[in-house]
Amino acid sequence: MAEAHESPLSQFKIETIVPIHIGGVDVSFTQSAAMMVAAVLVCTLLLVLTGRPAALVPGRLQSIGELAYEFIANMVRDNVGTAGMKYFPWVFSIFMFVLFGNFLGMIPYTFTFTSHIIVTFALAMMVFLTVTVIAFARHGLHFFAFFLPEGTPLAMAPMVVALEILSYFIRPVSLSIRLFANMMAGHTMLKVFGGFVIALGVFGVLPFAVNIALTLFEFLVAGLQAYVFTILTCLYLKDAIEMH
Amino acid sequence: MKDTDSKDSPDQLEARIAEARRRQQGPEAKPKVTDSLSGNFMGAAFRIGVELVAALIVSVGFGWLLDRWLGTRPWLMVAFFFLGSAAGMMNVYRVANGMGLAAGFKRPGGEGRNGSDDA
Repeated sequence: MAEAHESPLSQFKIETIVPIHIGGVDVSFTQSAAMMVAAVLVCTLLLVLTGRPAALVPGRLQSIGELAYEFIANMVRDNVGTAGMKYFPWVFSIFMFVLFGNFLGMIPYTFTFTSHIIVTFALAMMVFLTVTVIAFARHGLHFFAFFLPEGTPLAMAPMVVALEILSYFIRPVSLSIRLFANMMAGHTMLKVFGGFVIALGVFGVLPFAVNIALTLFEFLVAGLQAYVFTILTCLYLKDAIEMH
Repeated sequence: MKDTDSKDSPDQLEARIAEARRRQQGPEAKPKVTDSLSGNFMGAAFRIGVELVAALIVSVGFGWLLDRWLGTRPWLMVAFFFLGSAAGMMNVYRVANGMGLAAGFKRPGGEGRNGSDDA
């Protein structure tokens, strides 16, 4: 728990673990990077372990892996179609990485890497660029027809094309802001109310109760934001695959 | 699902995998019409709020960069502010309508929508 005089925002400070400088560029291994490695390791370990028994009637552990798999497989199939199942591993990796980033960050004293916009923006740009490349590969120059919805009156075309292009480039930004803002706001709230508990002494019971509710809410948000990030990836993928 | 304990030759296994895959993917070839509101209300609510902000950030930022490049100080930024507001509202309207967030998303119901599925 943070000290009462400590800022609720100090939890987002990046701390270097192993300083690395290559050609004047700071590529140090930070606690943020450590958490990313941890997220990858934990979810890989979990999936390997849950896949190990391969029993016909899954036990508890195996169910976790199967539920996660089926959840995303159904999401891709329902939102993108069978053609999108080719990209299932990619979507599943994104989901697990974001989910474990959010959930591991809920453990006290850990760091939530999804609360930094540069991390979520990098993820969103990865999604955006991949989807754009897929769209170009599948449709070639027909891709540009995407920006002119069918049935647009010719007089309106310049305006509509400008709006559509703009709204296409808004995608990665809204995708990244959504995840980062939710995680950062939630974790800040936890620390703020945690500070109240200490500052108010006996009456700290009230903010303490609020903090319990907020913690539960944070778990909901952590899962929900991973879900939202993934389903939007699916929607973008669908546009790239079927277009008009 | 079949029992995976039995050992069989790679060919058989491959055939079985192909068969299972077909069985699994067969029934729903086409994506359902996306209704982003019906699936998860909380998700939709979180999604809409960010949409306006992101639209303004991108468009005003873009206008500001263009202004710096072309030396037309405030004017492109002002123009892009209005364009961004429009784009943001358009996106919110699309999410609320359950039409997905897609640019150029076609109104569902048209039969030709999946015509170029394999293109």
